[in-house]
Amino acid sequence: MRPASDDVLVRLEHATFGYGGAPVLKDIDHCVRAGDFTGVVGPSGSGKTSLLRLLLGTEKPQHGTVTRAPGTAVSYVPQLETVNWNFPVTVGECVLMARKTRRVLPWATAEERRDVAAVLDRLGIAELDRRHIRELSGGQQQRMFIARALLRRPRLLLMDEPTSGVDVATRHEVLHLLDELNRDGLAILLTTHDLNGMAAHLPHLVALNTRVIASGSPTQVIVPDVLERTFGARMEVLQHLGMPVVVDSGAGRVGVA
Amino acid sequence: MIDTLLEPFSYQFVVNGIIAAVLAGALCGLLGVFITLRGMSYIGHGLSHAVFGGYAAAPLLGLPIVLGAGAWGLGSALLINAVARSRRIGADAAIGVVTTASFALGVALLTRFGTKGPAFDALLFGSINGVGRDELLLLLGALLFAVATFTALYRAFLFTTFDPDVADVSGISVRRMDALLMLVLSVSILATLTIIGVTLVAATLVIPAVVVRMLTDSFSRMLWTSSLLGAGAGGVGMYLSYHLAIPSGTTIVLVNAVAFVVVLLATGPRGLRRTAGLDDHGDVPAVAPVAASR
Repeated sequence: MRPASDDVLVRLEHATFGYGGAPVLKDIDHCVRAGDFTGVVGPSGSGKTSLLRLLLGTEKPQHGTVTRAPGTAVSYVPQLETVNWNFPVTVGECVLMARKTRRVLPWATAEERRDVAAVLDRLGIAELDRRHIRELSGGQQQRMFIARALLRRPRLLLMDEPTSGVDVATRHEVLHLLDELNRDGLAILLTTHDLNGMAAHLPHLVALNTRVIASGSPTQVIVPDVLERTFGARMEVLQHLGMPVVVDSGAGRVGVA
Repeated sequence: MIDTLLEPFSYQFVVNGIIAAVLAGALCGLLGVFITLRGMSYIGHGLSHAVFGGYAAAPLLGLPIVLGAGAWGLGSALLINAVARSRRIGADAAIGVVTTASFALGVALLTRFGTKGPAFDALLFGSINGVGRDELLLLLGALLFAVATFTALYRAFLFTTFDPDVADVSGISVRRMDALLMLVLSVSILATLTIIGVTLVAATLVIPAVVVRMLTDSFSRMLWTSSLLGAGAGGVGMYLSYHLAIPSGTTIVLVNAVAFVVVLLATGPRGLRRTAGLDDHGDVPAVAPVAASR
């Protein structure tokens, strides 16, 4: 595991947040530091997306504070499943959307085109610049959105379920890519449902269910007691190659006489 | 034969009507790209009905028709937006409630008090008559306003149309962009209403954009081709309106519909796939598990 940095990018202190009814997040204390690579795990409705919104600054806590270090740019990558892949844009146009401009003319400047080409090249999809987004594979789609996020030169990348709905090979591709970006100094915080395929591979996890249930390495967080308090269901945890593997034996077998 | 074909151009009111229809078609074609890609096709239909209420109410309130109906339409659009965003009522239900109530009020007021502006049936179905200098200037102003807005804020409109959530967190005020689009839409519907008619404006907003979507995968190309198609259909429709002696809105929409059928037949499954929202993910190369690199 990489050593924790003291360079705090975003700090949540006693943050409580809700949408009018019962709070979806209660008394959250968490710091995102430079170089972090954190996965937030929890069941549906546990407050994962709300946590991302607090970190992004699109929602304010009703109690407590969210403090962002001055000059910290934060970028966001949405779930692939929420995107209209039939929308008439090319990869290059999609990435360029993130670049704010004060120009009156709609087309990109030479500098903007260079920046887009550079970020696409960094993510290994430079040749897809003029391709329609519908024609991309799952891994290429995720790379395109990460390229769009990186164009804003963020210090922190927030991702909502980056491997939701993708196949195993794409999940591996995304994990490797995020690992490379993190090694280059980008702090990453992502949400995930996928305990074995995603969470167990990350250096740091937060188990969330309205409150922070546990925070630490996968071997500290992916344990039966924490999982039961987080997901409300008993699960067994095995060890494989030094990584925890969750076995959902509670449901038993169905359809067997 | 030639004399018959050229006859409409010997009348100034027909020439004015054709110019107005070309401008109105271009305006609706341009706006329609944003409206259809945002899944808001129904709002054009609803908003034209809402503006109709403003047409009827403005003279009774002592306001100029254009100002009163414009303010009424914008107010309706913003109300729809606010209700839809509150998520207590769905957007379609919000449009249905606000705009049909406004339309019903307009019918009631016109029936009871009459109108100082365009005739009742001209408002409903459009008319070749009564296009004067003021109407042409209003249309030209609305078109220039729309072109200037979408040119200056091209990237922001593209981003908020494609991915409003991420646009919002990237520093673009989606709420402000929505309000601006509603303003452009209200002004455009107001300017085109007497040419195309309340009941048919929605078709001229939707059809050109859908037709060009079948032909291209480029957003920027959609903008200008949809405007061109709308302008062409407007001009041809207005010309046919004179010869066939039927309301101009009807012929304009029918010309658009013919374009739709022709392009649909020409593009076949590819065109349908583009409009149906199908996406086709390719195969992904296998990679080794990330655990090996840690």
